[in-house]
Amino acid sequence: MNRIQQKLQEDKKLLSIYFTAGYPSINDTLQIIKDLEKNGVDMIEIGLPFSDPLADGPTIQASSTQALKNGMTTELLFEQLKDIRKTVSIPLIIMGYFNPMMQYGVEAFCAKCAEIGIDGLIIPDLPVDEYHQHYQTIFDQYGLINTFLITPQTSEKRIRFIDNISNGFIYMVSSASTTGAKSTFGSTQASYFERIAAMQLKAPQIVGFGISNAATFEQATTTAKGAIIGSAFIKHLSNYGINAIGEFIQTIR
Amino acid sequence: MSIIPHNIANIIVKEMKSYHVDENGYYGDFGGAYIPEMLYPNVEELRTQYLEIMNEPSFKEEFEQLLKDYVGRPTPLYYAKRLSEKYNTKVYLKREDLNHTGAHKVNNTIGQILMAKKLGKNRIIAETGAGQHGVATATVCALMGLECIVYMGEIDIKRQAPNVARMKMLGATVVPATSGSKTLKDATNEAIRDWINNPIDTHYIIGSVVGPHPYPDMVARFQSIISEEIKWQLQQKEGRENPDYVIACVGGGSNAAGAFYHYLDQPNVNIIAVEAAGKGIDTGESAATSALGKEGIIHGSKTLLMQTPDGQITEPYSISAGLDYPGVGPMHAHLFKSGRAEFVSITDADAMSAGLELCKQEGIIPAIESSHALAIFDKKQFNPDDIVVINLSGRGDKDLNTYIDYFNL
Repeated sequence: MNRIQQKLQEDKKLLSIYFTAGYPSINDTLQIIKDLEKNGVDMIEIGLPFSDPLADGPTIQASSTQALKNGMTTELLFEQLKDIRKTVSIPLIIMGYFNPMMQYGVEAFCAKCAEIGIDGLIIPDLPVDEYHQHYQTIFDQYGLINTFLITPQTSEKRIRFIDNISNGFIYMVSSASTTGAKSTFGSTQASYFERIAAMQLKAPQIVGFGISNAATFEQATTTAKGAIIGSAFIKHLSNYGINAIGEFIQTIR
Repeated sequence: MSIIPHNIANIIVKEMKSYHVDENGYYGDFGGAYIPEMLYPNVEELRTQYLEIMNEPSFKEEFEQLLKDYVGRPTPLYYAKRLSEKYNTKVYLKREDLNHTGAHKVNNTIGQILMAKKLGKNRIIAETGAGQHGVATATVCALMGLECIVYMGEIDIKRQAPNVARMKMLGATVVPATSGSKTLKDATNEAIRDWINNPIDTHYIIGSVVGPHPYPDMVARFQSIISEEIKWQLQQKEGRENPDYVIACVGGGSNAAGAFYHYLDQPNVNIIAVEAAGKGIDTGESAATSALGKEGIIHGSKTLLMQTPDGQITEPYSISAGLDYPGVGPMHAHLFKSGRAEFVSITDADAMSAGLELCKQEGIIPAIESSHALAIFDKKQFNPDDIVVINLSGRGDKDLNTYIDYFNL
């Protein structure tokens, strides 16, 4: 069983943290991952920076731009991660846009992930239909779990389709928006969360976009299996650096 | 003798067109809709409805009426006598520069604003590089009384002050794109992000044959009026619908898509796409995507784009703001890869002198984008009886400052 699947079976609400590889400094990747695990984070999304991150709000955009300026590349990220499984045991997911993966070669990319011990991928601009038709067999061959997004606008029929081909979790986008921290969720989100919960999907849902603090984490995980924090963590890194990761995690739970 | 009636046979031939978009939104290997799930409902709504709406008689009627009375179509197909004599061939110029707002861009914005109304949208967003598409969008929004937000790179806002002022006069809000390289590609990213954040009431009017399916096809169809007119105009003037060559400049490629559209499946018509070489293909300051690009994903479309070996999209360069896009529409990527079209690249210097030559020879000041297409005569010899149609996509008023600086006028 894949580490993601194992983690999803644990009887707890999962906290997943996103960070952009190569930010704040080029060689921070390993320390960030290790500190997140040490502080009880359940799962990590390692952002592979892209020049044109369409689905991201200003915070993650800026971190991506800085990471690229710092010299982050696909090759370098793989190099930094090559011994990660000697010390880190929680699920690791690479989140990035499709173009850099295409240039590396989709199969070569998957093979490298498997070799390192990456458990899954999140590729916001690779649509589920395209994945299903052209790439699923490659992902399966290398034991990688791909994760799909749903939004408040996603139709029930499409959610069922996505649920059906998901072998990990469903990434539930909290609102119609790009990534970015929000301080509270309103009644729209609450009813969306309830609507999805009522669908009794086979794949657990983890909520992302707009989770920033204990309150939003709590709200999101009332019905969902877990939540992902990205922009708020990046902001914390840019304000307090990489030696204050524990302080951030403790404010969430 | 065929048992299939002629009109049915025609339909079958049309269905078999290999250079038009297929039912999955691809041109050969290129196209598709590589979009985040957040955009799926918007794009899907458009995909499932655009053809039906475009074929509604009321839609067609209003579109044609506006093109005629508001835009000023048909634009002339002008026999350029002195240019023809100089190059010893028959040169026709398709005068898209005479459209309202000064370029072909308005053909598409008229079509899309009517589409937006049919879809019940009341908020319009657009991206713009040099400002031409922004102005064309602001114009139709004023015409229809709809809210208009135009994203424009912070750097372009500084470079193109007159067009920013035009958009403001027309009632649009111009929002600076401050991310990435702060130019057209980033303005496009910002417009897409806006659409993600406003999925219900907003229509995104993309300015070129780029973006996720169905945009490349929809924009090409709205621009196809260009070659539709060339056909009957040439029939009147030369007694035949098909020229030997049809030539247009390509940035994203909307004017070219329109000029080529009805000739794509006419193998006797040679198609030439002219890209901007900038300071030269090997100088690192170029926008010649077919020569420098590799297959990848930009703005939701699989196409050729300029990028680093690591897959980061790079910033192109051309003296012409309308041609410095790092990608190219998927139709053009397919025309290039399949060999259906010949791709030529023209440097800043050659384009500028071709532009000046048109001023002197024919009394027409062309947009610098169009000047790239005119520079074909430096690259290629035509036969005396060849009919060569060049799409003069826009007028040069907007480029006056560039011409002034370049030629020390």
